[in-house]
Amino acid sequence: MTSVMQATPLTNSLTAGKLPRRSPLWVLLASWAVSAAFFTMLFLSGAVDGFNIVGTVVFGTALYCVAIYVLSRLVEGSRKALDRLMTALVTAAFVIAMLPLVSIVYTTVVNGLPAFLTPTFFTESQRNVVGAGGGVLHAVMGTLMVTGVATLISVPIGLLASIYLVEYGRGKLARAITFFVDVMTGIPSIVAGLFAFALFALLFDDPGVRFGFGGSIALSVLMIPVVVRSSEEMLKLVPNELREAAFALGVPKWLTILKVVLPTSIAGIVTGVMLSIARVIGETAPLLIIAGFTSSMNYDLFSERMMTLPVFVYTQYANQGADAQAYVDRAWAGALTLILIVMLLNGLARLIAHWFSPKLGR
Amino acid sequence: MTTAAATTIKARQRPGDRIFSSATVIAGSLILAVLAAVAIFLLVESLPAFVAAPDEFSGDVTNFWSYVGPLVFGTIYSAILALLMAVPVAIGIALFISHFAPRRLAQGLGYLVDLLAAVPSVVFGLWGIGVLAPMVQPFYTTLVDWFGWFTLFEGPVSGTGRTIFTVSIVLAVMILPIITAICREIFLQTPLLHEEAALALGATRWEMIRMAVLPFGLPGIISASMLGLGRALGETMAVAMVLSPSPQVIFQLLTSQNSTTIAANIALNFPESHGVGVNILLATGLVLFVVTLLVNMLARVIINSRKAFSGAN
Repeated sequence: MTSVMQATPLTNSLTAGKLPRRSPLWVLLASWAVSAAFFTMLFLSGAVDGFNIVGTVVFGTALYCVAIYVLSRLVEGSRKALDRLMTALVTAAFVIAMLPLVSIVYTTVVNGLPAFLTPTFFTESQRNVVGAGGGVLHAVMGTLMVTGVATLISVPIGLLASIYLVEYGRGKLARAITFFVDVMTGIPSIVAGLFAFALFALLFDDPGVRFGFGGSIALSVLMIPVVVRSSEEMLKLVPNELREAAFALGVPKWLTILKVVLPTSIAGIVTGVMLSIARVIGETAPLLIIAGFTSSMNYDLFSERMMTLPVFVYTQYANQGADAQAYVDRAWAGALTLILIVMLLNGLARLIAHWFSPKLGR
Repeated sequence: MTTAAATTIKARQRPGDRIFSSATVIAGSLILAVLAAVAIFLLVESLPAFVAAPDEFSGDVTNFWSYVGPLVFGTIYSAILALLMAVPVAIGIALFISHFAPRRLAQGLGYLVDLLAAVPSVVFGLWGIGVLAPMVQPFYTTLVDWFGWFTLFEGPVSGTGRTIFTVSIVLAVMILPIITAICREIFLQTPLLHEEAALALGATRWEMIRMAVLPFGLPGIISASMLGLGRALGETMAVAMVLSPSPQVIFQLLTSQNSTTIAANIALNFPESHGVGVNILLATGLVLFVVTLLVNMLARVIINSRKAFSGAN
């Protein structure tokens, strides 16, 4: 039966008046080919130097949008043509968004690798380094300490607040907290830095206050709302039957939460915490304000300036000394380190969520 | 009201319960206190700026409001430009992931867009100045040559590409993920029956989206755009690194003189400032805080009112 239908495709009323199935692909390839031919001619005629790949793809894609619209309008009518055009545009929007991501990752790896691979990069600080050499040990240590303390502050507060919202909160206070937590996720990071600065400048009466712990406070302001939101979502996923079963056995509410609700949702909570760490570990502005920058090691969060990785990238780029290339290379290498840390945290978080999430329907 | 109903059984109040529940209340209230503290401490520290002597300001500015005016303009201008570029693309991406891409690929593609959100802002700054600005500069020259008669594209063209237009492109890329994420959520909440009804009546996929998905998602798109606006307003490092600033109100997009933003101005000047200069920068930070707070609150009110009547969740 199918062979009969294939033998007379044009007389089939269901497929008549439609473009063949693979036609968008062929039209796209043809458009790119035409565009490539045009740019090759420009190149050969000497009007431009070098074959323009970006131009080829951009003009080829634009040509495709026009061609598929006209072709489809002729064969299938205006409604179907508009549908094909919008499909092309929506797909193009996605590809456009991927271009910066690819470009950023590519340039960071290419520009960052040379300095990244120097043997001293992770074993030395920038103390007394002029020109090439030195490393980021001070910045990596600073980032780990500042972010670590910020995590220690944010996780208990955020977790308890989300427990309040899910298990206890009723009425105005809970609604106000939910609303302002959402609003707080939109606070500009530099405002958090200014807040930490204003707080400690008043507390210590020191208009030039700079120290690592202040950076932790600033990052906590940014981190707490993220932790609250993600933990809240995870606690809401715990089935009510588990709580009711515990209550029915006479378990107090606080023990129910500690021994039943939290263990059930711990994987999701850990994932959320790691994602929130990944979010604040790349923050530059608040640390520039309150933690300042230095080229030496500093293991003391409570005194003196402390370098962090994002600020290291910024200062290496902004304050280039003699042999500017060495500073730019270090900035890119720092950026590469930062991206690797963030991607690692993200990947780990997703893996934890994947491995330890409660298996539903057991 | 019988007596039997009045005597409800009350659980015994254990010390553990009391301690734990009050700990959670304290943690929750602490968040509100922190938000209030941000406002109060910034206000206290910025009071000296409002009464600062005219010679405390750089340039020929005499009081705080004329100092912060061009900065507010630059902040809003660059953010709006970024929003104009980001919103159509974000809606496109969200539609692609929710309605066009093959089901099995959709989630992975969503992760890819989220990865963009994971790139630290300082890396965006490096990329903007190291890759994007040199790449778009030739286009700017062409634009100024051809369309120089139009006010926005007036010359002289910037030789480095470090203009407010480049900054807006970078900002647009940075706010894409959040707008996309929210639009995607909203589009996926469209009642399936609406979509199927449209398709059953013979609508093409685009007609179904225009008639069922977009009207349903409009409030979500608006609030997502406003959250994106909030992010763009407060973005610091990318602007500070890419823009070549100037303390004036300038509408031209492609010249080497550009209105800078509040956040970038603070980041660039804070390390070297002292005395009342610090207070002035803190006061501009307070202005930024108030603006972003209002934008975010408005966006959240719209989202929350949506939840109430949509019935989709």
